[in-house]
Amino acid sequence: MAEFTMPSLGADMDKGTLQEWLVQPGELVRKGDPVAVIETAKSSIEVECFATGRMGELLIEPGTTVPVGTPLALIEPAAEGAGKPEKAEEKPPVRPAPAPVSAPPAAQDRGHVEAGPLVRHLAERTGVDLAAVQGSGHGGRLTRTDVEQAAAATTAAGQARVRATPLARRLAAERGVDLAAVTGTGRDSAIRAADVRKAAPGPTAAGPRHLTVPVRPSHPPEDRTAARRQAIAGLMTRANRDIPHYYLSTTIDMAPAMGWLHEHNRRSPVAERILPAALLLKAAALAAREVPELNGFWTDDHYTAGEGVHLGVAVSLRRGGLVAPALHDADTLELRQLMNGLKDLVARARTGRLRSSEVSDPTITVTNLGDQGVETVFGVIYPPQVALVGFGRIVDRPCAVDGLLGVRPVVTATLSADHRATDGAVGAHYLTAVDHLLHTPEQL
Amino acid sequence: MGADGTEKSKTTYREAMREAIREALRSDDRVFLMGEDVGRYGGCFGVSLGLLEEFGPERIRDTPLSESTFVGAGIGAALAGMRPIVEIMTVNFSLLALDQILNNAATLLHMSGGQLPVPIVIRMTTGAGRQLAAQHSHSLEGWYAHIPGIRVLAPATIEDARHMLAPALADPDPVLIFEHGSLYNLSGELRPPTRPVDLDHAAIRRPGTDISLITYGGSLPKALAAADELAAEGVEAEVIDLRALRPLDDAAIAASVTRTHRAVVIDEAWRTGSLAAEVCARIAERSFYELDAPVERVCSAEVPIPYARRLEEAALPQTADIVAAAHRAVD
Repeated sequence: MAEFTMPSLGADMDKGTLQEWLVQPGELVRKGDPVAVIETAKSSIEVECFATGRMGELLIEPGTTVPVGTPLALIEPAAEGAGKPEKAEEKPPVRPAPAPVSAPPAAQDRGHVEAGPLVRHLAERTGVDLAAVQGSGHGGRLTRTDVEQAAAATTAAGQARVRATPLARRLAAERGVDLAAVTGTGRDSAIRAADVRKAAPGPTAAGPRHLTVPVRPSHPPEDRTAARRQAIAGLMTRANRDIPHYYLSTTIDMAPAMGWLHEHNRRSPVAERILPAALLLKAAALAAREVPELNGFWTDDHYTAGEGVHLGVAVSLRRGGLVAPALHDADTLELRQLMNGLKDLVARARTGRLRSSEVSDPTITVTNLGDQGVETVFGVIYPPQVALVGFGRIVDRPCAVDGLLGVRPVVTATLSADHRATDGAVGAHYLTAVDHLLHTPEQL
Repeated sequence: MGADGTEKSKTTYREAMREAIREALRSDDRVFLMGEDVGRYGGCFGVSLGLLEEFGPERIRDTPLSESTFVGAGIGAALAGMRPIVEIMTVNFSLLALDQILNNAATLLHMSGGQLPVPIVIRMTTGAGRQLAAQHSHSLEGWYAHIPGIRVLAPATIEDARHMLAPALADPDPVLIFEHGSLYNLSGELRPPTRPVDLDHAAIRRPGTDISLITYGGSLPKALAAADELAAEGVEAEVIDLRALRPLDDAAIAASVTRTHRAVVIDEAWRTGSLAAEVCARIAERSFYELDAPVERVCSAEVPIPYARRLEEAALPQTADIVAAAHRAVD
């Protein structure tokens, strides 16, 4: 049995609150599956499983706050040679008593389903398990209608909507009440504020929580904002105290990059257009691959290079504060993928649903304050990282081009780096690499 | 002087309105009253009784039966620097002057690039309930509240009847005052205003915690009666008198719904496309997350208002309807 412990989701985290289990004991999990929601001072994070196996006992109930490293659950790792559980059924049936895994369940009736390609396509699209559908066609053959009905049934069951008034929903969210468990006394059994108050008398009077009741945010939003501010304060104080920063800055001619971007966007449908920020991020990521001395961590008085370039992207939050989750392997992403990844990351950062790997993984961070109107930003490094790259606004400036005066779009790129890990020459190498990369945008 | 030392006097809504006009005529030479039968007859509803004798035919002017003409003349007088009070007998006939109100009074400031304000006050009676049949029972103030460029008032108390006219005349833009026909005989004591009467804010006529009854004009007494009945049953209703239909006091509506989390909007106009609809929409826009029950509306039946007494009563919002709607929201 392996222990699934409270992870450290950033250098500033020493404890966390288990908010919700996303899995049940006995359920098969794969490496990377989200298994629990952890609430930190900063936000709610979906924590991914580190191993493939079967969930054992859940040791901690939702609502409990424990130090980093405390075992939360047991995981029975997949038996060697028992076949890759990844190939098991996609939706394993929940079995009350997990008997020893015998024959690989993949071999079941799959092959015997009589269905044409149209039906299979439809099933795939609607997420219907064909093996579970009774065929009504000739010789038990599955028809299109069978799949459509099955899909409609699943959707209806899955979306059985709780009837609740807007105020009741707001109160439930504030008090961490699951509306599905509340009986409504309003018209047509609608849940009203009084019903929620009965279920949870007040934010302070929260009684013992049960495993079956998913607990939503236990902090009211204003507490969360204050806690996030404190977490940032602690981390930034530590960074400024412990890290001897050095700062470099260079002005980069963006004419080739903007020209290329303009041309690309002109040819692309709106949804596929790329923002200048994506180019800057891609260049920062590729340069980090080129200068690995800046892409990693300073821990216990020595430097460890990161595995892959996971670009932390500073995202300011609407209620104040910021997070810097990672765009994984940003150096290998196509610009389109990077753009989509960025959109997704920003949206989830602002709704407070980041994944644990995104929070703990960044190997180098980029802050882009260009859209805020400033031209230069010298950032504070996120420990234990050793470098922070800053981009300002892209502005038109007069500059010397081939011995003549020209007006060119330029951007100021800065580097804040940890002098314990690198010296100015390495930093200069990095910024020069960013500059060169932005001169050949077609290769980004 | 009353027992508490403040000046009080028994009066009616009609007399309060007359006193307001009298005060305006006395205090400003530019003010004059114009309309059908306002002079020798004393006004169709008796509001201007005695004013002709007091101020003479120059300032209390009887007009021909042509709403478009005399409203247009009023607009012209306002443009020329006068402060006309134009009385249209009832809202039903104001449709003949709608072009003047909508296309001239409401737009001239804009069309002239700010050079031509139109400081006119147009008063008219509105509403049903007096067996005057379909053609004389409309409640079209909600239509006027649709128009940017004018202010629309609905005094529902003796105080507002007495004190809204002066600030309306002081307003550099057109102001329409809708007097519900059932209110003229409302009697009570009139206190001097404790604070300046403003034309922007709704008033809480009765505070409460369980449900907001939002209304204006002729429906206010019904809403207050409903609140009394509800209080006897243990439901504390807050009664909001909108007072101004344009601009609407969004903040007061939102504040009340935030206190009570439930609302009934009472409007004697027809439900479809009504001012009640506008109030409901604003509640949905500003106070959605405060609502603990669907918003209820009590409006007139969507029929031409009947002449027969029982049928007319059945067609109009009544106290019992308001109580029932409140119960639907609260129970």
